[in-house]
Amino acid sequence: MEKRELTCIGCPMGCQITVELEGQDVKSITGNTCKIGENYARNEVTHPERTVTSTAVVLGGDKPRVSVKTKANIPKDKIADVMKEIDAAVVNAPIRIGDIVVKNVCGTGVDVVATRNIEAD
Amino acid sequence: MLNYDIVIVGGGPAGLAAAVAARDAGIDKILILERDKELGGILNQCIHNGFGLHTFKEELTGPEYAYRFIEKVLEAKIEYRLNTMVMDISADRVVTAMSREDGMYQIQAGAVILAMGCRERPRGALNIPGFRPAGIFSAGTAQRLVNIEGYMPGREVVILGSGDIGLIMARRMTLEGAKVKVVAELMPYSGGLKRNIVQCLDDFGIPLKLSHTVVDIEGKDHLTAVTIAAVDEKSKPIPGTEERYTCDTLLLSCGLIPENELSRNAGVEMSPITSGPIVNESLETNIPGVFACGNVLHVHDLVDYVSEEAARAGENAAKYVKGQLSDAKSDIEITATDGARYTVPSTINIDRMDDKLTLRFRVGAVYKDSFVSVYFDDERVMHNKKRIMAPGEMEQVILLKNKLTEKPGLKKITVKIESE
Amino acid sequence: MIYDVIIIGAGVSGAAIARELSRYEANVCVLEKCEDVCEGTSKANSGIVHAGYDAPAGSLMAKLNVRGNEMMDDFCRDLDIPFKRNGSMVVCIHKEELSGLQDLYDRGIQNGVKGLKILTREEALKMEPNLSDNVEGVLYAPTAGIICPFKLCIAMAENANVNGVEFRFNTKVEDIKKGEDDLWHIRTNNGECVSRYVVNAAGVYSGQIHNMVCKDDDKIEITPRRGDYCLLDKEAGNHVSHTIFPQPTSLGKGVLVTPTVHGNLLVGPTAEDIDDYEGVNTTADGINDLIAKANDHVKNLPMRKVITSFAGLRAHEPRHEFIIGEVKGAKNFIDCAAIESPGLTSSPAIGEMVAGILKDMMGLKAKSNWIGKRKDILNPSDLSIEDRNDLIKKNPAYGNIICRCESISEGEIIDSIHRPLGARSLDGVKRRTRAGMGRCQAGFCSPKTMEILHRELGLKYEEITKCGGRSNIVIQRTKNQKGGEC
Repeated sequence: MEKRELTCIGCPMGCQITVELEGQDVKSITGNTCKIGENYARNEVTHPERTVTSTAVVLGGDKPRVSVKTKANIPKDKIADVMKEIDAAVVNAPIRIGDIVVKNVCGTGVDVVATRNIEAD
Repeated sequence: MLNYDIVIVGGGPAGLAAAVAARDAGIDKILILERDKELGGILNQCIHNGFGLHTFKEELTGPEYAYRFIEKVLEAKIEYRLNTMVMDISADRVVTAMSREDGMYQIQAGAVILAMGCRERPRGALNIPGFRPAGIFSAGTAQRLVNIEGYMPGREVVILGSGDIGLIMARRMTLEGAKVKVVAELMPYSGGLKRNIVQCLDDFGIPLKLSHTVVDIEGKDHLTAVTIAAVDEKSKPIPGTEERYTCDTLLLSCGLIPENELSRNAGVEMSPITSGPIVNESLETNIPGVFACGNVLHVHDLVDYVSEEAARAGENAAKYVKGQLSDAKSDIEITATDGARYTVPSTINIDRMDDKLTLRFRVGAVYKDSFVSVYFDDERVMHNKKRIMAPGEMEQVILLKNKLTEKPGLKKITVKIESE
Repeated sequence: MIYDVIIIGAGVSGAAIARELSRYEANVCVLEKCEDVCEGTSKANSGIVHAGYDAPAGSLMAKLNVRGNEMMDDFCRDLDIPFKRNGSMVVCIHKEELSGLQDLYDRGIQNGVKGLKILTREEALKMEPNLSDNVEGVLYAPTAGIICPFKLCIAMAENANVNGVEFRFNTKVEDIKKGEDDLWHIRTNNGECVSRYVVNAAGVYSGQIHNMVCKDDDKIEITPRRGDYCLLDKEAGNHVSHTIFPQPTSLGKGVLVTPTVHGNLLVGPTAEDIDDYEGVNTTADGINDLIAKANDHVKNLPMRKVITSFAGLRAHEPRHEFIIGEVKGAKNFIDCAAIESPGLTSSPAIGEMVAGILKDMMGLKAKSNWIGKRKDILNPSDLSIEDRNDLIKKNPAYGNIICRCESISEGEIIDSIHRPLGARSLDGVKRRTRAGMGRCQAGFCSPKTMEILHRELGLKYEEITKCGGRSNIVIQRTKNQKGGEC
């Protein structure tokens, strides 16, 4: 039996939640004080996900970097790999919000998109 | 001299929302003055997501949230001037501004909306002992260097202060390849959101040391190490608890200060608690026709509340310009006591009050299972249980006009935190 | 190149000597170990022009203090730097120590200080309502003043440079030998320099430099005496209008409270003898100590309005006397050592004295084309709106505010970079223009100032420093420099 300690992010209470697991099977969730905590804990131990935000290199723009995000959540354990692909990306100005910077990043099916406009220099 | 109905000082989230609301209220001649080279204010460098859940029911990044409002300003063809510094605002609402293109000029404004935002508390104000080398940044300055200019301040980082900007920068620096060694927080609790503690620190194994502060800074040219120590209840360092961290970067995220130099010079009365203007129900300062909103008024936790508050300032400024705000004095005082530190607004003129009025405030410590109580004179009229309240989060209560009119002669409203 | 005179140190003494020497036909070079002038004691002191009642009667210190004070009005007018005679007060808070005020008064009279007056408690409180409630009496010196220590040093150096004095920065003296050619050979980290005469104006290092050439029985030892300061926001700048001192002790003039010439309030210094000649770190004890002491003679100090704290080192020598003159057994080597307070006040007089010594020794002739006046960086805040608009039309950079706290424009910063001995770092810009000296302490303007330094000097961002050396602000591009050069 594996035990995982989590801090709930559902509200400022920040309940300390303990989840007992066997493999992917959640055996018990304790320490939460509401349903939000239970759902959060279940997701967080079975398939934690995050949105990654960063910047990418711009060529020919009025700014050297464009801010980007994964258009949806990606698996948490892929953050480092996703960053590698974002770091390697080079985008040509002009850029509009929503333009794809990295398609299907790390095979997650999620695109990395621009979150701001960059004008050509 | 130029003439505008409403001049808005600052083109960040507050200024943009105020402008849009004033236009929607039928005001034609509106001018936004922005000192940066683009609209959007600090949101442009806040590239993380989590903005706009209340306003747009979706999670946006800072630049995206800003752009939603910029688009509205563009669509409404509201005038704005970039790279423009407001040098002075007079009590009779003459705004003196300056830019490369336009030189120094004056504008007679029908109404002025103060939306200058806030700035970070610098190292100097913290009285941290030690050397004064390169490598010490307020978190926001580092954020600008990394996110906008595209430069890394260093490789090994210590962060003092667990405000949200500090937490966000811990993750940001980590994702860009730096090693964030520790985040020290003077208070026994973090001022940041739980979500940021989990996703910016825990995700990357960055320790958060509560009740700790920096007690020494080493490095003659460039930062080489900092020492942190635990502090007692009076925030005094405890000898023997020192730990030394070699690092080349120290980021400070130790509080925000509303930027009210212009307001003070204009003669706007200030609250010593918020460091922002004292305003009435219309978000109007003691100077008629001068309104304030956003972080220049009081430091907010969520930008959504800034936008909402700013829209009210915009509407009220519009009413003022159209002569629809009676000039009767505010007659009801609002007092914050027993854990509630302040309220915005802090006076009410019932004739000018909308049907609903949101009172925003912050608490001075962490309160669990306590009550937010509102008293009309000596009578308790509201008693809402809250599971948790923390200084890092804004609280609010909503006052209804019809409840106030039921109490003729009401002089004083009190907001307090009660344990039962 | 064989110089006629090499001056070691570009602090306020070295700069004053350089400027005075620039009146004469001579090849003069200043060697400075840092990247700019005004990097040592000169940048971290009280900025006070002392009246001259402190130093022992008959001492060189007393003479140069009073002379420096007298010279200051014309000097600052010629060099276009701000100076204000705000007057100083020595506050007595114990009745039994009132005689000490009389002693100071008597000494001041002997030293030739004008206008001294002992005030009663009532008179003093009328002039300075925030004096401590315990005030018993005050020695009032109307000739004392406040000055910007950076501007004084920079202006003298700049003016010297305009008149032909060369400055070599990042040049640290490692050894000095008299060669067989009877010239001084100075070994530095930047190669050897040779000169006929040498002036030692090396501040806290003036002992080390002296000891390189002196006889064994003539060594001097300078102790760095550290002083912590707190600088308060301009909102607190009117808390007192005079410079307020406690009664002096063996450690010096004590913790003063003074408005600065730029409108801030300054509290300090403490006095702690240390071993580290670069030990300009503040300490928690020091800051606590100075707050406690300042509150003894000024009430209700708004210490919450501190915008920065810093520490400076004074070049203390046990005799507490300026050491100026040719070193015994080291012909043509002139000391200007142990210049501690009142060194800033005395600097014009020190320059006059040392240049006078050299003039006599070398038989120097005055230049016909010496330029004694200098214009400071234009301060557009002094202009009317119309004049300011004309200026912006001619040079739009004056319309772009970079430092919002102190309201400093891009035009002023560009001027500070391109004028003689111009700024090359953030601190260099800061000391010349005040950009970054305000309440946000450069949080807002430093990225913008970096952009200007990058553009005007062709420096890469990674090469831009806070104050030279390894004090770079950023280390590399994000994305590991995969990006283009945009």
